[in-house]
Amino acid sequence: MTCEGRVWKFGDDINTDLIISGRYLDNYDESHLASHAMEGISTEFAKRVKEGDIIIAGRNFGCGSSREQAVVSLKGCGVQAIIAVSFARIFYRNAVNLGMQVYESTDAYEAFNDGDKASLDTSEGCLRASSGATEASLKEVPPHLKAIVDSGGLMPYTKFKLGIR
Amino acid sequence: MTGKTVAEKILGRAAGDIDSKAGDVIEVFPDVVMSHENTFLVNKAFEELDLEKPWAPEKIVVVLDHRSPANTVQTANAHARIREIVRRMGIGRFYDVGEGICHQLLVEKKLVTPGQLVLGADSHTTTAGAVGAFGAGIGATEMAVVWATGKTWLRVPETIKVTITGHLEKAVFPKDIALYLASKIGSSGANYKCIEFGGIFLFDISISGRMVLCNMAAEMGAKAAIVPADSTFGAWSPECPSKDSSLCTPDSDASYCKAIEIAAEDIPPIVSGPGSVELGGSVEDFAAIEIDQAFIGTCTNGRLEDLIAASWVLKGNKVVEGTRLLVAPASKTVLTDALSMGVIQTIQEAGGTILPPGCGPCLGAHEGVLAPGETCISSGNRNFKGRMGSEDASIYLASPATVAASAIKGRIEDPRRWLKVDL
Ligand code: SF4
Repeated sequence: MTCEGRVWKFGDDINTDLIISGRYLDNYDESHLASHAMEGISTEFAKRVKEGDIIIAGRNFGCGSSREQAVVSLKGCGVQAIIAVSFARIFYRNAVNLGMQVYESTDAYEAFNDGDKASLDTSEGCLRASSGATEASLKEVPPHLKAIVDSGGLMPYTKFKLGIR
Repeated sequence: MTGKTVAEKILGRAAGDIDSKAGDVIEVFPDVVMSHENTFLVNKAFEELDLEKPWAPEKIVVVLDHRSPANTVQTANAHARIREIVRRMGIGRFYDVGEGICHQLLVEKKLVTPGQLVLGADSHTTTAGAVGAFGAGIGATEMAVVWATGKTWLRVPETIKVTITGHLEKAVFPKDIALYLASKIGSSGANYKCIEFGGIFLFDISISGRMVLCNMAAEMGAKAAIVPADSTFGAWSPECPSKDSSLCTPDSDASYCKAIEIAAEDIPPIVSGPGSVELGGSVEDFAAIEIDQAFIGTCTNGRLEDLIAASWVLKGNKVVEGTRLLVAPASKTVLTDALSMGVIQTIQEAGGTILPPGCGPCLGAHEGVLAPGETCISSGNRNFKGRMGSEDASIYLASPATVAASAIKGRIEDPRRWLKVDL
Protein backbone atom coordinates (compact mmCIF):
# COMPACT_ATOMS: atom_id res chain seq x y z
CA MET A 1 0.00 0.00 0.00
CA THR A 2 1.35 3.42 -0.86
CA CYS A 3 -0.35 6.68 -0.16
CA GLU A 4 1.15 10.16 -0.17
CA GLY A 5 0.86 12.55 2.72
CA ARG A 6 2.48 15.56 4.33
CA VAL A 7 5.01 14.92 7.08
CA TRP A 8 4.29 16.56 10.44
CA LYS A 9 7.43 16.40 12.48
CA PHE A 10 7.61 16.53 16.26
CA GLY A 11 10.38 16.06 18.83
CA ASP A 12 10.94 13.76 21.81
CA ASP A 13 8.53 12.98 24.65
CA ILE A 14 5.32 14.14 22.98
CA ASN A 15 2.94 13.24 25.80
CA THR A 16 -0.74 12.40 25.68
CA ASP A 17 -1.67 15.69 27.36
CA LEU A 18 -0.10 17.53 24.41
CA ILE A 19 -1.85 15.25 21.93
CA ILE A 20 -5.26 15.69 23.55
CA SER A 21 -5.71 17.68 26.74
CA GLY A 22 -7.54 16.21 29.76
CA ARG A 23 -10.13 18.97 29.55
CA TYR A 24 -11.50 17.65 26.23
CA LEU A 25 -11.98 14.09 27.39
CA ASP A 26 -15.57 14.45 28.60
CA ASN A 27 -16.72 14.47 24.97
CA TYR A 28 -15.98 11.18 23.20
CA ASP A 29 -16.91 12.35 19.73
CA GLU A 30 -14.09 11.68 17.24
CA SER A 31 -14.47 14.94 15.32
CA HIS A 32 -14.48 16.94 18.57
CA LEU A 33 -11.28 15.20 19.67
CA ALA A 34 -9.75 15.65 16.22
CA SER A 35 -10.41 19.38 16.29
CA HIS A 36 -8.13 19.64 19.37
CA ALA A 37 -5.45 17.15 18.29
CA MET A 38 -1.88 18.22 19.08
CA GLU A 39 -3.21 21.51 20.42
CA GLY A 40 -0.70 21.48 23.27
CA ILE A 41 2.22 21.64 20.86
CA SER A 42 0.92 23.10 17.62
CA THR A 43 -1.83 25.58 16.92
CA GLU A 44 -1.59 24.77 13.21
CA PHE A 45 -1.83 20.99 13.20
CA ALA A 46 -5.55 20.42 13.75
CA LYS A 47 -6.44 23.15 11.27
CA ARG A 48 -4.19 22.07 8.42
CA VAL A 49 -3.70 18.31 8.74
CA LYS A 50 -5.23 16.30 5.88
CA GLU A 51 -6.31 12.72 5.25
CA GLY A 52 -3.23 10.59 4.65
CA ASP A 53 -0.72 12.80 6.50
CA ILE A 54 2.09 11.19 8.44
CA ILE A 55 3.49 12.04 11.87
CA ILE A 56 7.21 11.59 12.42
CA ALA A 57 8.48 12.04 15.97
CA GLY A 58 11.45 11.45 18.23
CA ARG A 59 11.71 9.15 21.18
CA ASN A 60 8.94 8.15 23.62
CA PHE A 61 6.00 9.35 21.53
CA GLY A 62 2.71 9.16 23.46
CA CYS A 63 4.14 8.99 26.96
CA GLY A 64 1.84 9.75 29.87
CA SER A 65 -1.74 8.73 30.33
CA SER A 66 -3.46 5.64 28.95
CA ARG A 67 -6.14 7.78 27.28
CA GLU A 68 -7.08 6.09 24.06
CA GLN A 69 -8.49 9.41 22.85
CA ALA A 70 -4.91 10.41 21.98
CA VAL A 71 -5.00 7.87 19.15
CA VAL A 72 -8.66 8.59 18.34
CA SER A 73 -7.94 12.32 17.90
CA LEU A 74 -5.14 11.60 15.41
CA LYS A 75 -7.19 9.01 13.56
CA GLY A 76 -10.00 11.52 13.40
CA CYS A 77 -7.65 13.96 11.67
CA GLY A 78 -6.93 11.40 8.99
CA VAL A 79 -3.35 10.66 10.09
CA GLN A 80 -2.40 7.46 8.25
CA ALA A 81 0.70 6.52 10.19
CA ILE A 82 2.88 7.52 13.11
CA ILE A 83 6.57 6.88 12.79
CA ALA A 84 8.72 7.53 15.86
CA VAL A 85 12.18 6.73 17.11
CA SER A 86 10.36 4.99 19.97
CA PHE A 87 6.89 4.86 21.50
CA ALA A 88 5.61 4.84 25.04
CA ARG A 89 4.16 1.44 25.81
CA ILE A 90 0.46 2.12 26.34
CA PHE A 91 0.21 4.54 23.40
CA TYR A 92 1.74 1.95 21.09
CA ARG A 93 -0.67 -0.71 22.32
CA ASN A 94 -3.64 1.62 21.92
CA ALA A 95 -2.54 2.58 18.40
CA VAL A 96 -2.31 -1.07 17.35
CA ASN A 97 -5.64 -1.82 19.01
CA LEU A 98 -7.32 1.03 17.15
CA GLY A 99 -5.84 -0.02 13.82
CA MET A 100 -3.37 2.85 13.47
CA GLN A 101 -0.16 2.16 11.55
CA VAL A 102 2.77 2.66 13.92
CA TYR A 103 6.42 2.12 13.08
CA GLU A 104 9.67 2.64 14.88
CA SER A 105 12.36 4.28 12.79
CA THR A 106 15.37 6.40 13.64
CA ASP A 107 16.12 6.68 9.92
CA ALA A 108 12.85 8.42 9.14
CA TYR A 109 13.36 10.87 12.00
CA GLU A 110 16.77 11.80 10.68
CA ALA A 111 15.90 11.88 6.99
CA PHE A 112 12.58 13.73 6.87
CA ASN A 113 11.62 17.31 7.61
CA ASP A 114 8.36 18.92 8.56
CA GLY A 115 6.34 19.68 5.45
CA ASP A 116 7.98 16.99 3.25
CA LYS A 117 5.68 14.91 1.09
CA ALA A 118 6.14 11.18 1.56
CA SER A 119 4.58 7.83 0.74
CA LEU A 120 4.34 4.92 3.11
CA ASP A 121 5.08 1.55 1.63
CA THR A 122 3.86 -0.99 4.16
CA SER A 123 4.81 -4.02 2.09
CA GLU A 124 8.42 -2.89 1.72
CA GLY A 125 8.46 -1.38 5.21
CA CYS A 126 9.77 1.99 4.15
CA LEU A 127 8.91 5.65 3.84
CA ARG A 128 9.77 7.36 0.54
CA ALA A 129 10.01 11.07 -0.14
CA SER A 130 7.85 12.16 -3.07
CA SER A 131 10.86 14.07 -4.40
CA GLY A 132 12.49 10.65 -4.78
CA ALA A 133 15.63 11.72 -2.97
CA THR A 134 15.07 10.09 0.41
CA GLU A 135 14.05 6.71 1.68
CA ALA A 136 13.92 5.49 5.26
CA SER A 137 13.45 1.95 6.47
CA LEU A 138 10.89 1.16 9.15
CA LYS A 139 11.29 -1.47 11.85
CA GLU A 140 9.15 -4.51 11.24
CA VAL A 141 5.99 -4.81 13.34
CA PRO A 142 5.75 -8.15 15.22
CA PRO A 143 3.35 -10.49 13.38
CA HIS A 144 0.78 -10.83 16.19
CA LEU A 145 0.43 -7.03 16.22
CA LYS A 146 0.43 -6.67 12.46
CA ALA A 147 -2.50 -9.07 12.32
CA ILE A 148 -4.47 -6.74 14.61
CA VAL A 149 -3.59 -3.57 12.65
CA ASP A 150 -4.36 -5.27 9.35
CA SER A 151 -7.81 -6.27 10.62
CA GLY A 152 -8.50 -2.60 11.34
CA GLY A 153 -7.91 -2.88 15.08
CA LEU A 154 -8.65 -5.10 18.05
CA MET A 155 -12.45 -4.84 17.75
CA PRO A 156 -12.75 -6.12 14.18
CA TYR A 157 -10.00 -8.64 14.98
CA THR A 158 -11.88 -9.94 18.04
CA LYS A 159 -15.21 -9.96 16.25
CA PHE A 160 -13.65 -12.11 13.57
CA LYS A 161 -12.16 -14.44 16.20
CA LEU A 162 -15.45 -14.71 18.07
CA GLY A 163 -17.36 -15.19 14.85
CA ILE A 164 -19.39 -11.99 15.29
CA ARG A 165 -20.35 -10.08 12.19
CA MET B 1 18.09 -22.63 34.25
CA THR B 2 18.46 -19.17 35.68
CA GLY B 3 16.14 -17.92 38.34
CA LYS B 4 13.17 -15.68 37.83
CA THR B 5 12.27 -12.11 38.56
CA VAL B 6 8.95 -11.39 40.25
CA ALA B 7 7.52 -10.20 36.92
CA GLU B 8 8.44 -13.50 35.25
CA LYS B 9 6.88 -15.47 38.10
CA ILE B 10 3.62 -13.54 38.31
CA LEU B 11 3.06 -13.42 34.56
CA GLY B 12 3.90 -17.11 34.21
CA ARG B 13 1.26 -17.88 36.82
CA ALA B 14 -1.26 -15.53 35.18
CA ALA B 15 -0.75 -17.36 31.91
CA GLY B 16 -1.77 -20.68 33.50
CA ASP B 17 1.38 -21.74 35.33
CA ILE B 18 3.72 -21.67 32.41
CA ASP B 19 7.45 -21.16 32.45
CA SER B 20 7.74 -17.59 31.19
CA LYS B 21 10.86 -15.51 30.73
CA ALA B 22 11.57 -11.93 29.69
CA GLY B 23 10.86 -11.40 26.01
CA ASP B 24 8.13 -14.05 25.71
CA VAL B 25 4.79 -12.88 24.37
CA ILE B 26 2.14 -14.76 26.34
CA GLU B 27 -1.60 -14.90 26.79
CA VAL B 28 -2.54 -13.88 30.32
CA PHE B 29 -5.72 -14.12 32.41
CA PRO B 30 -5.92 -11.12 34.76
CA ASP B 31 -7.16 -11.53 38.33
CA VAL B 32 -8.49 -7.98 38.62
CA VAL B 33 -9.38 -5.44 35.95
CA MET B 34 -10.12 -1.81 36.68
CA SER B 35 -11.43 1.18 34.80
CA HIS B 36 -12.69 4.63 35.79
CA GLU B 37 -14.71 7.19 33.84
CA ASN B 38 -13.41 5.49 30.72
CA THR B 39 -15.71 2.57 31.61
CA PHE B 40 -18.05 4.50 29.34
CA LEU B 41 -15.66 3.88 26.43
CA VAL B 42 -14.99 0.30 27.54
CA ASN B 43 -18.68 -0.43 27.47
CA LYS B 44 -19.17 1.25 24.11
CA ALA B 45 -16.65 -1.13 22.56
CA PHE B 46 -17.97 -4.06 24.63
CA GLU B 47 -21.47 -3.55 23.24
CA GLU B 48 -20.14 -4.06 19.73
CA LEU B 49 -19.27 -7.61 20.73
CA ASP B 50 -22.91 -8.49 21.34
CA LEU B 51 -22.38 -10.17 24.68
CA GLU B 52 -24.75 -9.77 27.59
CA LYS B 53 -22.25 -9.77 30.41
CA PRO B 54 -18.50 -9.59 30.91
CA TRP B 55 -16.62 -12.84 31.42
CA ALA B 56 -16.39 -12.38 35.20
CA PRO B 57 -18.16 -9.33 36.68
CA GLU B 58 -16.68 -10.16 40.10
CA LYS B 59 -13.17 -9.46 38.78
CA ILE B 60 -14.09 -5.99 37.56
CA VAL B 61 -13.57 -2.81 39.58
CA VAL B 62 -15.10 0.48 38.43
CA VAL B 63 -14.31 3.81 40.11
CA LEU B 64 -15.60 7.31 39.36
CA ASP B 65 -12.65 9.47 40.34
CA HIS B 66 -11.24 11.52 37.46
CA ARG B 67 -13.96 14.08 36.88
CA SER B 68 -15.80 13.47 40.06
CA PRO B 69 -18.13 15.05 41.17
CA ALA B 70 -19.09 15.63 37.53
CA ASN B 71 -17.55 18.77 36.03
CA THR B 72 -19.81 19.06 32.96
CA VAL B 73 -23.20 17.82 31.81
CA GLN B 74 -21.40 15.42 29.51
CA THR B 75 -19.46 13.88 32.40
CA ALA B 76 -22.64 13.71 34.48
CA ASN B 77 -24.25 11.80 31.64
CA ALA B 78 -21.30 9.40 31.41
CA HIS B 79 -21.47 8.85 35.19
CA ALA B 80 -25.19 8.12 34.98
CA ARG B 81 -24.61 5.68 32.17
CA ILE B 82 -21.79 3.93 34.07
CA ARG B 83 -24.05 3.50 37.13
CA GLU B 84 -26.61 1.87 34.90
CA ILE B 85 -23.97 -0.39 33.27
CA VAL B 86 -22.54 -1.68 36.56
CA ARG B 87 -26.05 -2.40 37.87
CA ARG B 88 -27.07 -4.26 34.76
CA MET B 89 -23.88 -6.27 34.57
CA GLY B 90 -23.74 -7.10 38.25
CA ILE B 91 -20.40 -5.36 38.85
CA GLY B 92 -20.43 -5.23 42.62
CA ARG B 93 -17.07 -3.54 43.12
CA PHE B 94 -18.26 -0.13 42.00
CA TYR B 95 -17.06 3.02 43.77
CA ASP B 96 -19.10 6.12 43.10
CA VAL B 97 -18.24 9.83 43.36
CA GLY B 98 -16.30 10.71 46.50
CA GLU B 99 -15.01 7.22 47.38
CA GLY B 100 -11.52 7.97 46.13
CA ILE B 101 -8.92 7.37 43.43
CA CYS B 102 -8.94 4.00 41.67
CA HIS B 103 -5.31 3.07 42.49
CA GLN B 104 -5.82 4.01 46.13
CA LEU B 105 -9.01 1.94 46.44
CA LEU B 106 -7.45 -1.18 44.88
CA VAL B 107 -4.95 -1.27 47.72
CA GLU B 108 -6.92 0.32 50.55
CA LYS B 109 -9.95 -1.95 50.07
CA LYS B 110 -7.69 -4.95 49.44
CA LEU B 111 -9.22 -5.57 46.04
CA VAL B 112 -5.81 -6.76 44.93
CA THR B 113 -3.53 -9.25 46.66
CA PRO B 114 0.13 -10.18 46.28
CA GLY B 115 1.02 -12.20 43.20
CA GLN B 116 -2.03 -11.13 41.24
CA LEU B 117 -2.12 -9.66 37.75
CA VAL B 118 -4.06 -6.39 37.63
CA LEU B 119 -4.87 -4.69 34.36
CA GLY B 120 -6.19 -1.16 34.64
CA ALA B 121 -7.38 1.26 32.01
CA ASP B 122 -5.06 3.81 33.54
CA SER B 123 -1.33 4.34 33.30
CA HIS B 124 -0.68 4.40 37.05
CA THR B 125 -1.92 0.84 37.57
CA THR B 126 1.76 0.18 38.39
CA THR B 127 0.83 1.39 41.91
CA ALA B 128 -0.49 -2.10 42.78
CA GLY B 129 3.13 -3.28 42.83
CA ALA B 130 3.31 -1.84 46.34
CA VAL B 131 1.49 -4.97 47.54
CA GLY B 132 3.38 -7.38 45.32
CA ALA B 133 0.94 -7.42 42.41
CA PHE B 134 1.88 -6.94 38.77
CA GLY B 135 -0.17 -3.91 37.66
CA ALA B 136 -0.09 -2.71 34.06
CA GLY B 137 -2.05 -0.11 32.15
CA ILE B 138 -4.03 -0.81 28.98
CA GLY B 139 -6.47 1.22 26.86
CA ALA B 140 -10.26 1.18 26.90
CA THR B 141 -10.77 -0.86 23.71
CA GLU B 142 -8.42 -3.53 24.96
CA MET B 143 -10.28 -3.52 28.27
CA ALA B 144 -13.51 -4.20 26.39
CA VAL B 145 -11.93 -7.29 24.86
CA VAL B 146 -10.70 -8.38 28.29
CA TRP B 147 -14.28 -7.93 29.56
CA ALA B 148 -15.40 -10.18 26.74
CA THR B 149 -12.73 -12.87 26.80
CA GLY B 150 -11.01 -12.64 30.18
CA LYS B 151 -7.59 -12.55 28.57
CA THR B 152 -5.09 -10.54 26.57
CA TRP B 153 -1.48 -10.81 25.46
CA LEU B 154 1.51 -9.34 27.26
CA ARG B 155 5.19 -9.34 26.59
CA VAL B 156 7.05 -10.48 29.69
CA PRO B 157 9.23 -7.48 30.50
CA GLU B 158 12.89 -7.34 31.34
CA THR B 159 13.38 -6.08 34.87
CA ILE B 160 15.47 -3.21 36.22
CA LYS B 161 16.58 -3.82 39.79
CA VAL B 162 16.57 -0.67 41.92
CA THR B 163 18.24 -1.27 45.26
CA ILE B 164 17.76 1.43 47.87
CA THR B 165 20.03 1.31 50.88
CA GLY B 166 20.15 3.32 54.09
CA HIS B 167 17.64 5.65 55.67
CA LEU B 168 15.97 8.93 54.77
CA GLU B 169 17.16 12.21 56.25
CA LYS B 170 14.63 14.47 57.99
CA ALA B 171 11.96 16.00 55.73
CA VAL B 172 12.87 13.62 52.91
CA PHE B 173 10.26 11.12 51.72
CA PRO B 174 9.79 8.22 49.29
CA LYS B 175 8.58 10.83 46.78
CA ASP B 176 12.02 12.43 46.81
CA ILE B 177 13.61 9.05 46.10
CA ALA B 178 11.15 8.51 43.22
CA LEU B 179 11.79 11.96 41.72
CA TYR B 180 15.51 11.41 42.04
CA LEU B 181 15.24 8.04 40.27
CA ALA B 182 13.13 9.61 37.50
CA SER B 183 15.72 12.32 36.98
CA LYS B 184 18.41 9.66 36.69
CA ILE B 185 16.77 7.16 34.37
CA GLY B 186 14.56 9.57 32.44
CA SER B 187 10.99 9.59 31.22
CA SER B 188 11.48 6.55 29.02
CA GLY B 189 14.33 4.90 30.90
CA ALA B 190 12.12 2.02 32.01
CA ASN B 191 9.93 1.85 28.90
CA TYR B 192 8.45 -1.66 28.44
CA LYS B 193 10.31 -2.82 31.56
CA CYS B 194 9.41 -3.75 35.09
CA ILE B 195 11.13 -2.01 38.00
CA GLU B 196 11.75 -4.32 40.94
CA PHE B 197 12.66 -2.52 44.14
CA GLY B 198 14.93 -3.99 46.77
CA GLY B 199 17.20 -2.98 49.62
CA ILE B 200 17.04 -2.42 53.32
CA PHE B 201 15.37 0.96 52.84
CA LEU B 202 12.08 -0.76 52.03
CA PHE B 203 11.78 -1.89 55.66
CA ASP B 204 11.59 1.78 56.64
CA ILE B 205 8.59 2.63 54.54
CA SER B 206 4.92 1.76 54.72
CA ILE B 207 2.63 0.42 52.01
CA SER B 208 1.79 4.07 51.36
CA GLY B 209 5.45 4.95 50.69
CA ARG B 210 5.82 1.90 48.46
CA MET B 211 2.80 3.06 46.47
CA VAL B 212 4.66 6.31 45.77
CA LEU B 213 7.64 4.42 44.32
CA CYS B 214 5.51 2.10 42.18
CA ASN B 215 3.22 4.91 41.05
CA MET B 216 6.09 7.09 39.85
CA ALA B 217 7.57 4.16 37.90
CA ALA B 218 4.88 4.88 35.30
CA GLU B 219 6.55 8.26 34.71
CA MET B 220 9.73 6.42 33.73
CA GLY B 221 7.76 4.41 31.18
CA ALA B 222 7.59 1.23 33.25
CA LYS B 223 5.06 -1.44 32.42
CA ALA B 224 4.92 -2.45 36.07
CA ALA B 225 6.80 -1.98 39.32
CA ILE B 226 7.12 -4.41 42.19
CA VAL B 227 8.07 -4.35 45.82
CA PRO B 228 8.79 -7.99 46.69
CA ALA B 229 7.03 -9.71 49.59
CA ASP B 230 8.23 -8.88 53.10
CA SER B 231 6.91 -8.50 56.61
CA THR B 232 5.31 -5.11 55.88
CA PHE B 233 2.79 -6.51 53.54
CA GLY B 234 2.60 -9.62 55.66
CA ALA B 235 1.09 -7.28 58.23
CA TRP B 236 -0.99 -5.47 55.63
CA SER B 237 -2.69 -8.62 54.48
CA PRO B 238 -2.05 -11.51 56.85
CA GLU B 239 -4.00 -14.04 54.80
CA CYS B 240 -2.18 -13.59 51.48
CA PRO B 241 1.58 -13.64 51.41
CA SER B 242 2.23 -16.92 53.15
CA LYS B 243 0.90 -18.95 50.27
CA ASP B 244 2.12 -16.54 47.63
CA SER B 245 5.38 -15.30 49.08
CA SER B 246 7.66 -17.25 46.74
CA LEU B 247 5.65 -15.86 43.85
CA CYS B 248 6.35 -12.33 45.08
CA THR B 249 10.03 -12.83 45.78
CA PRO B 250 12.72 -12.90 43.09
CA ASP B 251 15.03 -15.89 42.89
CA SER B 252 18.53 -15.08 44.07
CA ASP B 253 19.91 -15.84 40.59
CA ALA B 254 17.24 -13.90 38.67
CA SER B 255 18.62 -11.91 35.79
CA TYR B 256 18.15 -8.17 35.42
CA CYS B 257 18.71 -5.94 32.41
CA LYS B 258 20.03 -3.14 34.58
CA ALA B 259 20.89 -2.50 38.23
CA ILE B 260 20.67 0.85 39.95
CA GLU B 261 21.69 1.65 43.52
CA ILE B 262 20.51 4.58 45.54
CA ALA B 263 21.76 5.53 49.00
CA ALA B 264 18.72 7.06 50.69
CA GLU B 265 20.73 9.32 53.00
CA ASP B 266 22.32 11.08 50.01
CA ILE B 267 18.95 12.27 48.72
CA PRO B 268 17.78 15.78 49.63
CA PRO B 269 14.21 16.99 49.08
CA ILE B 270 13.80 16.95 45.29
CA VAL B 271 11.78 19.23 43.03
CA SER B 272 11.12 18.32 39.42
CA GLY B 273 10.01 20.46 36.53
CA PRO B 274 8.58 22.18 34.73
CA GLY B 275 7.53 20.05 31.79
CA SER B 276 9.38 16.82 32.47
CA VAL B 277 10.24 14.46 35.34
CA GLU B 278 13.77 14.45 33.99
CA LEU B 279 14.27 17.98 35.29
CA GLY B 280 14.74 17.04 38.93
CA GLY B 281 17.18 18.56 41.37
CA SER B 282 17.66 19.56 44.99
CA VAL B 283 14.94 21.87 46.32
CA GLU B 284 17.62 24.53 46.91
CA ASP B 285 18.10 24.90 43.15
CA PHE B 286 14.46 25.94 42.77
CA ALA B 287 14.28 28.37 45.70
CA ALA B 288 13.59 31.50 43.65
CA ILE B 289 10.49 30.18 41.93
CA GLU B 290 7.26 31.88 42.93
CA ILE B 291 4.07 29.83 43.00
CA ASP B 292 0.37 30.62 42.66
CA GLN B 293 -1.06 27.24 43.58
CA ALA B 294 0.12 24.43 45.82
CA PHE B 295 -1.66 21.09 45.46
CA ILE B 296 -1.48 18.06 47.74
CA GLY B 297 -3.29 14.94 46.60
CA THR B 298 -3.38 12.34 43.77
CA CYS B 299 -2.72 8.61 43.57
CA THR B 300 0.94 9.45 44.22
CA ASN B 301 0.71 11.46 47.43
CA GLY B 302 -2.82 11.98 48.72
CA ARG B 303 -2.73 9.42 51.53
CA LEU B 304 -2.94 9.83 55.29
CA GLU B 305 0.81 9.97 55.89
CA ASP B 306 1.10 12.63 53.17
CA LEU B 307 -1.58 14.78 54.76
CA ILE B 308 0.04 14.29 58.16
CA ALA B 309 3.44 15.39 56.82
CA ALA B 310 1.83 18.48 55.30
CA SER B 311 -0.02 19.28 58.53
CA TRP B 312 3.20 19.10 60.54
CA VAL B 313 4.72 21.70 58.25
CA LEU B 314 1.59 23.85 58.30
CA LYS B 315 0.86 23.72 62.03
CA GLY B 316 0.94 27.23 63.45
CA ASN B 317 1.72 28.72 60.03
CA LYS B 318 -0.39 30.36 57.34
CA VAL B 319 -0.54 29.98 53.60
CA VAL B 320 0.81 33.30 52.35
CA GLU B 321 -1.63 35.74 50.75
CA GLY B 322 -1.72 35.42 46.99
CA THR B 323 -1.03 31.67 47.10
CA ARG B 324 -3.71 29.01 47.34
CA LEU B 325 -3.29 25.56 48.85
CA LEU B 326 -5.61 22.81 47.63
CA VAL B 327 -5.74 19.41 49.31
CA ALA B 328 -7.60 16.43 47.84
CA PRO B 329 -7.49 13.28 50.01
CA ALA B 330 -6.95 10.13 47.93
CA SER B 331 -10.04 8.47 49.41
CA LYS B 332 -12.98 8.89 51.74
CA THR B 333 -11.19 6.73 54.29
CA VAL B 334 -8.13 8.97 54.13
CA LEU B 335 -10.39 12.00 54.67
CA THR B 336 -12.21 10.34 57.59
CA ASP B 337 -8.95 9.34 59.28
CA ALA B 338 -7.40 12.75 58.68
CA LEU B 339 -10.49 14.39 60.16
CA SER B 340 -10.41 12.25 63.28
CA MET B 341 -6.70 13.01 63.78
CA GLY B 342 -7.21 16.76 63.48
CA VAL B 343 -5.08 16.87 60.34
CA ILE B 344 -7.81 18.43 58.24
CA GLN B 345 -8.41 21.09 60.87
CA THR B 346 -4.72 22.00 60.89
CA ILE B 347 -4.67 22.32 57.10
CA GLN B 348 -7.80 24.48 57.12
CA GLU B 349 -6.56 26.69 59.93
CA ALA B 350 -3.45 27.31 57.90
CA GLY B 351 -5.65 28.49 55.03
CA GLY B 352 -5.81 25.33 52.89
CA THR B 353 -8.91 24.33 50.93
CA ILE B 354 -10.09 20.72 51.18
CA LEU B 355 -11.39 19.21 47.94
CA PRO B 356 -13.50 16.05 47.69
CA PRO B 357 -11.64 12.71 47.55
CA GLY B 358 -10.65 11.94 43.95
CA CYS B 359 -8.13 13.04 41.35
CA GLY B 360 -8.88 16.73 41.91
CA PRO B 361 -7.00 19.16 39.65
CA CYS B 362 -4.31 16.57 38.70
CA LEU B 363 -5.56 16.09 35.16
CA GLY B 364 -6.58 19.67 34.43
CA ALA B 365 -10.30 19.02 34.10
CA HIS B 366 -11.65 20.83 37.17
CA GLU B 367 -11.19 21.90 40.79
CA GLY B 368 -8.09 24.05 40.37
CA VAL B 369 -7.24 24.56 36.71
CA LEU B 370 -4.26 26.87 36.09
CA ALA B 371 -4.38 30.19 34.21
CA PRO B 372 -1.77 31.19 31.60
CA GLY B 373 1.42 32.28 33.32
CA GLU B 374 0.57 30.61 36.64
CA THR B 375 2.84 28.24 38.51
CA CYS B 376 1.79 25.25 40.59
CA ILE B 377 3.76 22.97 42.87
CA SER B 378 2.04 19.60 43.12
CA SER B 379 2.48 16.35 45.03
CA GLY B 380 1.27 14.50 41.90
CA ASN B 381 3.21 12.61 39.28
CA ARG B 382 2.99 14.66 36.07
CA ASN B 383 4.33 18.09 35.28
CA PHE B 384 3.67 17.98 31.52
CA LYS B 385 3.00 21.29 29.86
CA GLY B 386 -0.74 21.91 29.92
CA ARG B 387 -1.45 19.02 32.29
CA MET B 388 -3.33 21.11 34.86
CA GLY B 389 -4.89 23.73 32.62
CA SER B 390 -3.29 26.39 30.45
CA GLU B 391 -0.40 25.33 28.22
CA ASP B 392 1.32 28.48 29.48
CA ALA B 393 1.26 27.41 33.11
CA SER B 394 4.20 25.69 34.83
CA ILE B 395 4.02 22.67 37.12
CA TYR B 396 6.66 21.45 39.55
CA LEU B 397 6.50 18.16 41.44
CA ALA B 398 7.59 17.56 45.02
CA SER B 399 6.72 15.75 48.25
CA PRO B 400 3.68 16.90 50.26
CA ALA B 401 6.02 18.46 52.86
CA THR B 402 7.79 20.53 50.19
CA VAL B 403 4.44 21.56 48.70
CA ALA B 404 3.16 22.64 52.13
CA ALA B 405 6.33 24.60 52.93
CA SER B 406 6.09 26.30 49.52
CA ALA B 407 2.48 27.31 50.24
CA ILE B 408 3.62 29.10 53.38
CA LYS B 409 6.33 31.05 51.54
CA GLY B 410 4.62 31.60 48.17
CA ARG B 411 7.71 30.24 46.48
CA ILE B 412 9.42 26.88 46.35
CA GLU B 413 10.71 26.26 49.85
CA ASP B 414 12.98 23.74 51.55
CA PRO B 415 10.81 21.64 53.92
CA ARG B 416 13.82 20.97 56.16
CA ARG B 417 13.41 24.47 57.60
CA TRP B 418 9.87 23.64 58.68
CA LEU B 419 9.91 19.97 59.55
CA LYS B 420 12.46 19.44 62.24
CA VAL B 421 11.05 16.29 63.79
CA ASP B 422 10.97 12.71 62.67
CA LEU B 423 7.59 11.56 61.47
S1 SF4 C 1 -4.67 11.29 40.57
FE1 SF4 C 1 -3.90 12.03 38.61
S2 SF4 C 1 -2.40 10.54 37.95
FE2 SF4 C 1 -3.62 9.58 39.57
S3 SF4 C 1 -5.24 8.46 38.52
FE3 SF4 C 1 -6.03 10.50 38.99
S4 SF4 C 1 -5.61 11.76 37.18
FE4 SF4 C 1 -4.34 9.91 37.04
